[in-house]
Amino acid sequence: MPLITSSKTQPEYDVIIVGSGAGGGQTAYTLTMEGVKVLMLEAGRSYDPQTETAMFQTGAKAPLRGSSTPDKPFGFFDATIDGGWTSPGEPYVRASPGRANQFKWWRARMMGGRTNHWGRLSFRNGPYDFKPRSRDGLGFDWPLDYEDLESYYERVELLIGVYGENHGMENTPDSAPGVLQPPPAPRVGERLLKKRSADIDVPVVAAHRAVLTQRQDSKNIPAKLHPNNPKAQRVLREAMDSRAACFWATSCGRGCSIKANYQSTTVHLPPALKTGNLDIVPNAMVREVETDDAGRATGVVYIDKTDGTEHRVKARAVVLAASAASTVRIMLNSKSKRFPDGVANSTGLVGKYLMDTVGASVSGQIPMLENLPPLNEDGAGGAHVYAPWWLYKEQIAGKLDFARGYHIEMGSGKMMPKMGTGSGLEKFNGGGSWGKNFKQDVRRYHGSFCGMAGRGEMIPNEDSYCEIDSIVKDQWGIPVLRFYWKWSDHELNQVAHMQQTFADIISACGGRVLSGGPEKDRRDAIHPGGDIIHEVGGAIMGEDRRKSVTNQFGATWDVPNLYLTDGAPFVSNADKNPTLTLMALAWRSSDHLVGELAKGNI
Amino acid sequence: MKSPFSDRLDRRTALKWIGTAAASSLIKPGAFALNSSPAAEPGVTIAAAYDGPGYGADPDVIKDYAPGELWPLTFDDHQRRTAALLCGLIIPADEHSPSASDLKIHDFIDEWVSSPYPQQAGDRKVILTGLIQLDVTSEARFGKKFVDLKSAQHAELCEELAIVKPEAAPDPSEAAKTKRSLQQFFRTFRNLTAGGFYTTPEGMKDVGYTGNVVLATQPKPPADLLARLGLD
Repeated sequence: MPLITSSKTQPEYDVIIVGSGAGGGQTAYTLTMEGVKVLMLEAGRSYDPQTETAMFQTGAKAPLRGSSTPDKPFGFFDATIDGGWTSPGEPYVRASPGRANQFKWWRARMMGGRTNHWGRLSFRNGPYDFKPRSRDGLGFDWPLDYEDLESYYERVELLIGVYGENHGMENTPDSAPGVLQPPPAPRVGERLLKKRSADIDVPVVAAHRAVLTQRQDSKNIPAKLHPNNPKAQRVLREAMDSRAACFWATSCGRGCSIKANYQSTTVHLPPALKTGNLDIVPNAMVREVETDDAGRATGVVYIDKTDGTEHRVKARAVVLAASAASTVRIMLNSKSKRFPDGVANSTGLVGKYLMDTVGASVSGQIPMLENLPPLNEDGAGGAHVYAPWWLYKEQIAGKLDFARGYHIEMGSGKMMPKMGTGSGLEKFNGGGSWGKNFKQDVRRYHGSFCGMAGRGEMIPNEDSYCEIDSIVKDQWGIPVLRFYWKWSDHELNQVAHMQQTFADIISACGGRVLSGGPEKDRRDAIHPGGDIIHEVGGAIMGEDRRKSVTNQFGATWDVPNLYLTDGAPFVSNADKNPTLTLMALAWRSSDHLVGELAKGNI
Repeated sequence: MKSPFSDRLDRRTALKWIGTAAASSLIKPGAFALNSSPAAEPGVTIAAAYDGPGYGADPDVIKDYAPGELWPLTFDDHQRRTAALLCGLIIPADEHSPSASDLKIHDFIDEWVSSPYPQQAGDRKVILTGLIQLDVTSEARFGKKFVDLKSAQHAELCEELAIVKPEAAPDPSEAAKTKRSLQQFFRTFRNLTAGGFYTTPEGMKDVGYTGNVVLATQPKPPADLLARLGLD
């Protein structure tokens, strides 16, 4: 079973999965390793990271030196296809007025979705993060505890490969010994940031990222992940042996042709395909889930984008993993006599409590880092260090004017020059220069800059949601989403705290703030909703079927054979970036689905 | 002594240069105040760039591209010579690397100002207007176009345009406005020259970037550097 076209699909599958990113990839992996016959539908085109990744290409040979354009908003080499803040032929509507109330939606129409370009930051939620309402009275509790997900975090970390370190910090869980890969050493400027941050009691530690810094232990991990399943062990061993360790060059945002980092297309899908239990149809734009009179899902309807034809495929169960908002869109567009407001939406909660991560950025220049000698600081192609949220005690004691935490992603290094290198030096070189003096200035300042990005928890609210727009349709005639967004004072006050903290760290390094500091209005400093591309929620899980869309396994209350395994069932959005948690939940939901299929409940 | 950005340039000479530019279809002559920013004048319009599609949302990211390959370029011969000269003045050859004009960064700047994307539209206006204004000013002061000036005259202009000292209260005179407009042009041109130059292998080497190569292990920073920064 392989990559196929619409005409080659089987009459019926055990499970249809919509989406091939982190959620769909993990679901397909877990199910096919257990012998479940799966059809995966991906709205974008097929994509081969081994031949299509721009690994060593440099700006000088790229259009506009590789800088960002509306066609490629994260730059020419970013591993995003037919996507970005707009996607050809697929509009969406932003209903809320004002910059601070905007929601931006990043999509990638390609096999593997957004996993091809993501930052690979992989943090576990802590125990507090599953019971936020019990802790501070805001938002909702999850219908599961950290202990319920702990073994799944470990499985995902072992499968995809995550570097990091254990520090025993509050609500920042350690992994078991031997699970994490060794972290890269901090870059020179990051060593300075770490040292001076400690002086003002901000703890900077190794980041956790889904990048192999050494080959995986393919002898022992497969048996640990798939006990009593020799075929799965063999398939995984081969897949692990095909991955190389990081060779300390090129940015992970371009993707990775040597499979050193995690992307669904290099880590989840190849072994799933190898089992022989997976068919994948690319260019398959799913419109709706179909249900029978008994209210059970029977399959989905999709448009084959290659020729515009409509197709109907059937299965015993349907899994939506199209990305939180896309999953919501499919559910709301799946109207029937039994579900007039969209499938599994008897509560009217589908689309509600959309969340993103709170983001704000400050940049600085540090004189101590001027005139660095020639260095190779490419490192592992992304963040090496970060500061986990460190003020839990102050927060719970009521000493802060915002309820939830943030972490700091910080970086400095003699990185590959790009557009912008040599710009703005007039701010500190005496008003500007030209000629040999200018060249000397660029040499002096390159590598002396630092950037700090806050990534904070947003509390779900009634004003941040999406619904189907009554007028606008995409190029296949499918109604599109209309987004509403609002930040509360918890998020705005959190941003003000970020701005002050980042300025304090830059000062502690003897540096100066270049942009984004405390003088900038917090409403201008906060990134618009969706800008951090951590969209979750919209179909939250819960213990009470009247107040939630799915149970703790992502199975919808109304339609027991319809599962959601992307970010849609998220009940809160801890500052820890959502992808690792999303994959752990997807694995757990898939185990549940395998059990239900085996028991004949589905 | 003649004011550095004299508003006494004879109108006929100025119009001659504007006419030259107009002939190249870049600007339409109209009510043109000699020493204010042409772009700010009604009736003087910089022609829009190529308005066809860009490279789309699924370009081939593996292949190499050259200026002019994806969309038509803008500069005529005179503009290209002026831009090349400025590139070489801003980033001249030295013991570390060749000049920006040796590396044809002016062709990259042409690609940039010719781009169909909205981000470059503002820079297009600044660059194309500035190139005209540079000639108008060179003519006013030295009686020749910028490309025909002597190196000491180039240096005199670059020194005034590259280095911007903070003013307590901006001088409201037309000459001062022209100077500020040209300084903005110079800053934009310098940013583009630098972005173009430092993304080349020669530019990367110049700033001491030694990455983008396969390594078996993560390199360690020199011990003496860490010691100097108190990080050992």
